[in-house]
Amino acid sequence: MRDALLDRDIYEPEEGEIMEVAMGPHHPSTHGVFRMDVKLEGERVIKLKPVFGYLHRNHEKIAENGAYLSAIPYTDRLDYLCSMTNNWGYVMAVEKLAGLSVPERAEYLRVIVAELTRFQNHAGLIGFLLQDMGASGTPLMYAFREREKVLDLFESLSGARMMCNYMRFGGLRVDATKEWLDEVRSLVTRLPGFVDEFEALLRANEILLARTQGTGVLPRELAINASVTGPMLRASGVNYDIRKVDHYGVYDRFNFKVPLGEHGDVYDRYMMRLLEMRETVKILEQALRDIPEGPVMDPKVRLRGLRPKPGEAYGRIESPKGELGFFLISDGTGNPYRYRVRPPSMINLTILEDMCLNHNIADVVIILGSVDIVLGEVDR
Amino acid sequence: MPDDLKDLKIELSKNGIFTTTLEEIYNWGRKNSVWPLTFGLACCAIEMIATTMARYDLARFGAEVFRPSPRQADLIIVSGTVTKKMAPQVVRLYNQMPEPKYVIAMGACAISGGPFRDGYNVLKGIDRYIPVDVHIPGCPPRPEALIHAFMTLQKKIDEQALAGSSRPRHLQKDLPSEFPVPEFGEHGLEPPQNDLVFHDAPGNPLKVIQ
Amino acid sequence: MALPAIEEIKAKIEAAIPGASVTVIQNGSPSAQHSLLLDHAHAPAVAKFLRDHAELRLDYCTLVTGVDWPDTETSEKIKVKKLVKAADGTESEQEVDEVRKTKVPGYLEAVYHLFSMEKKHGPVVIRLRTANRTDDTHVPSLTPIWRGAEFQEREAFDLYGIVFDGHPDLRRILMWEGFKDFPMRKDYVPPPDEIPDVAAQAAGQESHA
Repeated sequence: MRDALLDRDIYEPEEGEIMEVAMGPHHPSTHGVFRMDVKLEGERVIKLKPVFGYLHRNHEKIAENGAYLSAIPYTDRLDYLCSMTNNWGYVMAVEKLAGLSVPERAEYLRVIVAELTRFQNHAGLIGFLLQDMGASGTPLMYAFREREKVLDLFESLSGARMMCNYMRFGGLRVDATKEWLDEVRSLVTRLPGFVDEFEALLRANEILLARTQGTGVLPRELAINASVTGPMLRASGVNYDIRKVDHYGVYDRFNFKVPLGEHGDVYDRYMMRLLEMRETVKILEQALRDIPEGPVMDPKVRLRGLRPKPGEAYGRIESPKGELGFFLISDGTGNPYRYRVRPPSMINLTILEDMCLNHNIADVVIILGSVDIVLGEVDR
Repeated sequence: MPDDLKDLKIELSKNGIFTTTLEEIYNWGRKNSVWPLTFGLACCAIEMIATTMARYDLARFGAEVFRPSPRQADLIIVSGTVTKKMAPQVVRLYNQMPEPKYVIAMGACAISGGPFRDGYNVLKGIDRYIPVDVHIPGCPPRPEALIHAFMTLQKKIDEQALAGSSRPRHLQKDLPSEFPVPEFGEHGLEPPQNDLVFHDAPGNPLKVIQ
Repeated sequence: MALPAIEEIKAKIEAAIPGASVTVIQNGSPSAQHSLLLDHAHAPAVAKFLRDHAELRLDYCTLVTGVDWPDTETSEKIKVKKLVKAADGTESEQEVDEVRKTKVPGYLEAVYHLFSMEKKHGPVVIRLRTANRTDDTHVPSLTPIWRGAEFQEREAFDLYGIVFDGHPDLRRILMWEGFKDFPMRKDYVPPPDEIPDVAAQAAGQESHA
């Protein structure tokens, strides 16, 4: 039977009983407080409804009740693994709303911290995915070893390991010292070796290949129509990377490729993250080579009393999970009238059901792992 | 223990004879094998995972395995914001844990609602419904802070008596070990807090269970 | 290929779908992202046109936002003739300044940001407004055209109360099913008995500080 509205097949059980299983909200493999109501016919999934909201912390209402500046620490807590890129999305939206410009050194530093964030996010994601598949923690240990090095750098730069609160509209909060840049350079020389070692862990593993190839296929047209973004979209073969499309920041000056997948299955999404880690290292090398001297903050910007003209703006960046955007409506006062986050994790979950239909229940876990969700962003 | 008995104990141990009291060895066994529940809610969960990783290694304190099932766990580390939608599940998980059980409220959100206190969906502290043993301030607290909290909990377990009026909750028959699960109401949770457990409840009669 | 200007897009829509009412809403900020306000009856047809048009190809709906515009009051000063009593008791007709307040009804709004993955341009912003905030909060759903709007329209329903007609599965997504309020509206008041200090003061006791 066909669902005409959503244009997909509705699977009718052939025989046997239907079992309803609630996976979550407390579950070892759901990456947070996330629940899936799964209807099973034997081991085959015939219906899957994601339920979330267990971490809904009304970030938008809090931001609307405070000034533009006071929303920046809350953006750290959206996708709590990648606080730097969250900051960048928000300050870009405010810069578009108020017409602010950013000094060049600040742009380069933004690229450096954003790419470091992307690197440790992809490493952590592969670690979690392989742990869900049963590799019992070892890849995660490798990923977190590198993550700790990146967090040390963030701590010496901005004062905090995870919730960095580093970017401001018009630039950055504090400049990076020469010693810090030298530390980053020495870390970046070791990163390609790490990616090789990480990839070699499970590259030719039969269980990995058998479980992930052909599982959770996402067709290209459905991915575009369902507003999927990020590595998941590119694994389905769509060439859309906001760093190349919007030319934001100084990404135009760097020479990097956008890897594309062919099949759109879990294996492609896993390889996508590995390939993007390699491209990230290339961008880091170029940015560290070319970073100029100069100020990191536009001195004319009023941080504390910013009152943009009435209007609205939508600013977006390519975060490690997808397109992270912020939509701001200003009514001329110091608080935003409407503050909206475009959460890539939540929107990528729209077609979770379509990807999981007719698979075994064990595949649901790895398909969810390959979507890369963080509940702080899904629920805000 | 009186000083001369302590010296006797040290003398005996030098000769290979170890003496102890029932209370000491009972608490020693319990405190060095606290098994936490795999329970992470939000950002603090990532710092909890980092604490179990190679650099900060919580396993050397006895928390070797994080159990996914509450029936096999001793400790629930409430790490992250507890929302009203999630609060009944947290209380249910706590009820399912067998005694003796402990709660660490990790992070500002679990203690009092944290930076999200103004939220309509945020529970202002998990100690509204379940009793908390150790609070860790921070947003998020560093892995060293979690280790310090773990050691504080171990010290607390070490000081628990086996007999007498100050014995812990799991050895007293008339104190509850399961708490009522809140229900979803039309505008919030019902009841908004459990007055037996929540210290800040005005005129709390029982100041229970700590 | 660059995106045509907003007036050109409006002209294309009006040429293709007769009877559609399309208004350009100017954007005051430097971002210059102007938007088009559509009417309810033709909105799905306009959306399909925008998605399938050869030059625009807006196949990617990135963001659906609900916005609350509460009732406002406008006041104007007008001169009216009124009978005024003077100090010595005589009455005379004079012109007096009076402030007349008129209530402007508010509405809820759904804002859609559209981009094109094929042509790599955007954004085009379209808006749908409800009639008022109280009893008629229906707008047509654009999920049949862009599947990615499914969860976001549910969220606008959950937090604002905008009812999307034609949505395949409209129920609350972030709050639980029995919740009765629409929390993101500007006039939402949280229940008062949660803050212990407030409750204690209300009960006339000293609170724990």
